[in-house]
Amino acid sequence: MTQIAATKLVYFAWVRERVGKPDESVALPPGILTVADLLDWQKTRGEEYAHAFEHANVIRVALDKTHAQHDAPISGASEIAFFPPMTGG
Amino acid sequence: MHIATGNACTIRIQSQPFDIPAETTRLTVGRADIGAIVTFTGLCRDEGGRLKALELEHYPGMAEEEIGRVAETALQRWPLMGLTAIHRFGLIRPGEDIVLVIAASAHRRAAFEAADFMMDYLKTRAPFWKREHLLGGSIGGWVEAKAEDDQAAARW
Repeated sequence: MTQIAATKLVYFAWVRERVGKPDESVALPPGILTVADLLDWQKTRGEEYAHAFEHANVIRVALDKTHAQHDAPISGASEIAFFPPMTGG
Repeated sequence: MHIATGNACTIRIQSQPFDIPAETTRLTVGRADIGAIVTFTGLCRDEGGRLKALELEHYPGMAEEEIGRVAETALQRWPLMGLTAIHRFGLIRPGEDIVLVIAASAHRRAAFEAADFMMDYLKTRAPFWKREHLLGGSIGGWVEAKAEDDQAAARW
């Protein structure tokens, strides 16, 4: 049997608050190829996820700590982060 | 990193305050080729007296890496002799410092531009999020990103 690698998902700011946890380890279902696919899947994972990812177009995503566009392939990233537009500085 | 001379590129993410004169001296000590130092400090405002503190959340690891990538671009673009970026996280009270950028070069133009570039990029790319804590004890909302910050970064 092939073991499906777990992916660590991490959340920040209001995305973290809405999801209700700072991070989790999940086995991504097959067919999720791009960041956009992943955002669509997140919406289906329950009420809190539906709320957090309601306006998925504004959510920023980082693959292994590097910014990624929504059309970028996930291609084996081990840590995927979701967060609002940044407000540092 | 591509430093004109020496290896004075410093990037730090920390909760404690920073010492601006000490950070400046770190860039200039033992050398006489630097002709311009531009220092930018971002402070926490009290927003007309309603703010008790700003809470800064960050993405550990990525914050350092992303500011490092922005610094790398600045070092390739301008002839810098030193570049420092320090960003605080945690609870920061009005009047306290949040962020420090120091750019050193032989001449002022490169130092001004590199510091300006660093701040524009840091604001739109470094993974930090601000939340307001209000006087009276309530926790306000997350600060919203401004379109003008994206426009400022697009200038470069």
